[in-house]
Amino acid sequence: MSIVTVQLGQCGNQIGREVFNTICSDVRGAHGLCSKKENQSYHDACKDRFFSEEESEVPVARAVLVDMEPKVINQTLSTAARSGSWKYDHRSHFCQKQGSGNNWANGYSVHGPRHKEVIMNLMQKQAEKCDRLGGFFTIMSMAGGTGSGLGAFVTQCLRDDFPSSFILNHIIWPYGTGEVIVQNYNSVLTLSHLYQSSDALLVHENDVIHKICAQRMNIKQISFRDVNQVIAHQLGSVFQPTYTAECGLHYSRNPLGDLMETLVPHPEFKMLGLRNIPHMPENSLAYSTFSWPGLIKHLRQMLIANAKMEEGIDWQVRPPHLGSSVPSSHSTNKPLHFNTSLANLVILRGKDVHSVDLGSFRDPSLYTCWLNPQDAFNAWKTPRAFNKYEKSTSLVSNSQFLLKPLDNVVGKAWNMFASKAYIHQYTKFGIEEEDFLDSFTALEQVISSYTNL
Amino acid sequence: RVSLPFAVGQCGNQVGCRFWELALREHAAVNQKGVYDEALSSFFRNVDTRSGGDGTDISKGKICSLKARALLIDMEEGVVNEILQGPLRDVFDSKQLITDVSGSGNNWAVGHKLYGCQYRENIVEKLRKTAEHCDCLQCFFIIHSMGGGTGSGLGTFVLNLLEDEFPEVYRFVTSVYPSGEDDVITSPYNSVLAMKELNEHADCVLPIENESLFDIVNKIHQMINSGKLGSTVKQTSLLTSSAGSAKIAQEKPFDAMNNIVANLLLNLTSSARFEGSLNMDLNEISMNLVPFPHLHYLVSSLTPLYTLADVNVPPRRLDQMFSDAFSRDHQLIQADPKHSLYLACALLVRGNVQLSDLRRNIERLKPSLHFVSWNQEGWKTGLCSVPPVGHSHSLLALANNTCVKPTFIKLKERFMKLYKKKAHLHHYLHIDGMEQNCFSEAISSLSDLIEEYSELDATKGGPRTDPGRLKITV
Repeated sequence: MSIVTVQLGQCGNQIGREVFNTICSDVRGAHGLCSKKENQSYHDACKDRFFSEEESEVPVARAVLVDMEPKVINQTLSTAARSGSWKYDHRSHFCQKQGSGNNWANGYSVHGPRHKEVIMNLMQKQAEKCDRLGGFFTIMSMAGGTGSGLGAFVTQCLRDDFPSSFILNHIIWPYGTGEVIVQNYNSVLTLSHLYQSSDALLVHENDVIHKICAQRMNIKQISFRDVNQVIAHQLGSVFQPTYTAECGLHYSRNPLGDLMETLVPHPEFKMLGLRNIPHMPENSLAYSTFSWPGLIKHLRQMLIANAKMEEGIDWQVRPPHLGSSVPSSHSTNKPLHFNTSLANLVILRGKDVHSVDLGSFRDPSLYTCWLNPQDAFNAWKTPRAFNKYEKSTSLVSNSQFLLKPLDNVVGKAWNMFASKAYIHQYTKFGIEEEDFLDSFTALEQVISSYTNL
Repeated sequence: RVSLPFAVGQCGNQVGCRFWELALREHAAVNQKGVYDEALSSFFRNVDTRSGGDGTDISKGKICSLKARALLIDMEEGVVNEILQGPLRDVFDSKQLITDVSGSGNNWAVGHKLYGCQYRENIVEKLRKTAEHCDCLQCFFIIHSMGGGTGSGLGTFVLNLLEDEFPEVYRFVTSVYPSGEDDVITSPYNSVLAMKELNEHADCVLPIENESLFDIVNKIHQMINSGKLGSTVKQTSLLTSSAGSAKIAQEKPFDAMNNIVANLLLNLTSSARFEGSLNMDLNEISMNLVPFPHLHYLVSSLTPLYTLADVNVPPRRLDQMFSDAFSRDHQLIQADPKHSLYLACALLVRGNVQLSDLRRNIERLKPSLHFVSWNQEGWKTGLCSVPPVGHSHSLLALANNTCVKPTFIKLKERFMKLYKKKAHLHHYLHIDGMEQNCFSEAISSLSDLIEEYSELDATKGGPRTDPGRLKITV
């Protein structure tokens, strides 16, 4: 089954390109550490998922590129083509000239409707190229105007036109100290709208990835390219082919569907966080060895303590003892920083994956009480190593990971809204105070739900 | 997409001239192959003049003849004629010019009411023609001074006109405010009358004060002459006057001062023209820096200073560039943003500066700045890969900050000094369309603006009570 990637705005296009780069270089690499047959299956599954067969010599990414100004798309198209190992379909893009001005209302209410037909035609074309459409993967930032506003509109249209397809939105959470002054407004509007049409929101926070670049990757002068490459690696570690059952005979054919099934049992809970370890500079890879027990132990504690990377984990945080507290949704017995999960997915890639003991992730005390722990945890595996890492593991978690960031953004946006600052910029394009209030209400509801997990 | 500058009046046209010279130089440095590209098309048309006559626009391919997209307006001929005889003569054609002979006599009413009326149709027609050549018109720039008659009066008339004819296109105005020792006695009248128009019809105003430009020019001279930088001034230095010597002239070095303003416009539009990892467009500037419609006055600074001159300086510490951007003597008006209240701040970095440098400096400088309670972390940032010509990096800072207030208060005081005695009023009132209440409305508009800033200032340093959040019933 194939996934159509939709790259929205500057951020979406820049990241999208890095994702395809990473996937391609992983597949072409000779570091599979597995049998030739395995490697071939992996290669074929990946190709089918992300690339289409065309008359050209290089695989063509299954993607639609959308932006309201031309510079980034032009750059994206030409850089990909220059790589020589893959490229985009140069007709599969839409851009305008004037940009969205960081204005969600402009993206959603003006550009969206105006260009709906052309954009959805491109989606349709890509969908038709797939033997079986597995769903849409959209990449966007929340802070700007195009990715956020037009992205929300496009997601809605995708839901309308493809009612039975899965839609996963990959969202970039902006730096806390700002890239865009109205980023909190744009974020609130985006999240509340996406919650209605998307199946799940997979989040990457710029602050977190920046820290990984600084501390794990030892990059002195961090650029957006560095940040995007880490993000691409983490996304690749989730979406490259895996086996979903213990004795699976073929690579999963429905990655997005499987993801939704395992992680999103309830429509009120759609926020997914992602952790991937180990992560280090490429030239250190050769000198490092890891054991699965060590990796799993770290990953589990990262989940419990809501740590962003494998350094600086707070090992004091423990899950509460089951049976010793009154079961209630407003549990005051749980330690304050314990991160409660709704559902978790661990992905293992590389050497000796079948020997890994994941019992610690099945511990019921990690999870909220209203789901059967058997259903709350799943594991996907492949012996095929990913992106030169002999062993690599990822955790996709539907938990309280994003509760604090969400609360922060809503708080700051509300604070600004109370003074009515910048509202005239939105009403100019048809988003009224009421629309803001609706969005705030929807998100407070989500915050409340996650708080009471 | 296109930014369309209007140079109005003597000051506007002198700055404009500098601007186009710099723009051509910048694009020539970047555009090695002589191909007409998107970046060039922001400010220039590519015209095939071989067949003579008007020439058709060539949208792609080799550069044939570049024509600036612009309108040059002056009610005297001197400055515009000089431009047409200088090195830019092929960059403009007569259809872009609107001139008269007698000038506006430093009288806003003459510029706005008399000439406005007289030239309205002419301006609209030329505006429409120029706009036809643009496939996406994003923004108008008006470059003018506030103290005279043409730039001030006719310039604000054009502003009004632009709003009527093209309401969706952003209107940025670069206004040179008169200094205290301005030799035009009626400059306070002209400025206040113009301010009302700016309040009501501009999307963004970048106020400039000659005193600040003068101080900056002197600072640069000192830097060079002190030898501390170990620098040399190149032959083609923009700092020197056309006489070619590096001496500070007895009169104000307007060339060098205009250069600074021209650089401001160049840097402002750099991220729209050139690529970068985080683009910052003009409509984004307006969106992020104008929280309430009337509060659209942005204080600007350009650092490092030596990027404003043709000097060979080894690149200095990056962090210094950021620190300087917030210091009072680098602002283009007499203002101290650090001791006033920020409503919003934008940083546009050009050249070899990484994301982490930008973020580190924001973290470093934030604690010493006061931000309004509802925008504590509000920064707008942009990274453009292409540096200014001959330099490795530069920074443009734009602040919506209550430090503009003193400029407006001084203006109001100078106005009142004249107005109380009714000095020179008759020169204005005898112009058709001018009445006493034009003055009272104008000063009232200015007073209201000052009051808005004062109210915000009052919140500075006060206790912060965040508004209660919405409560959801579970």
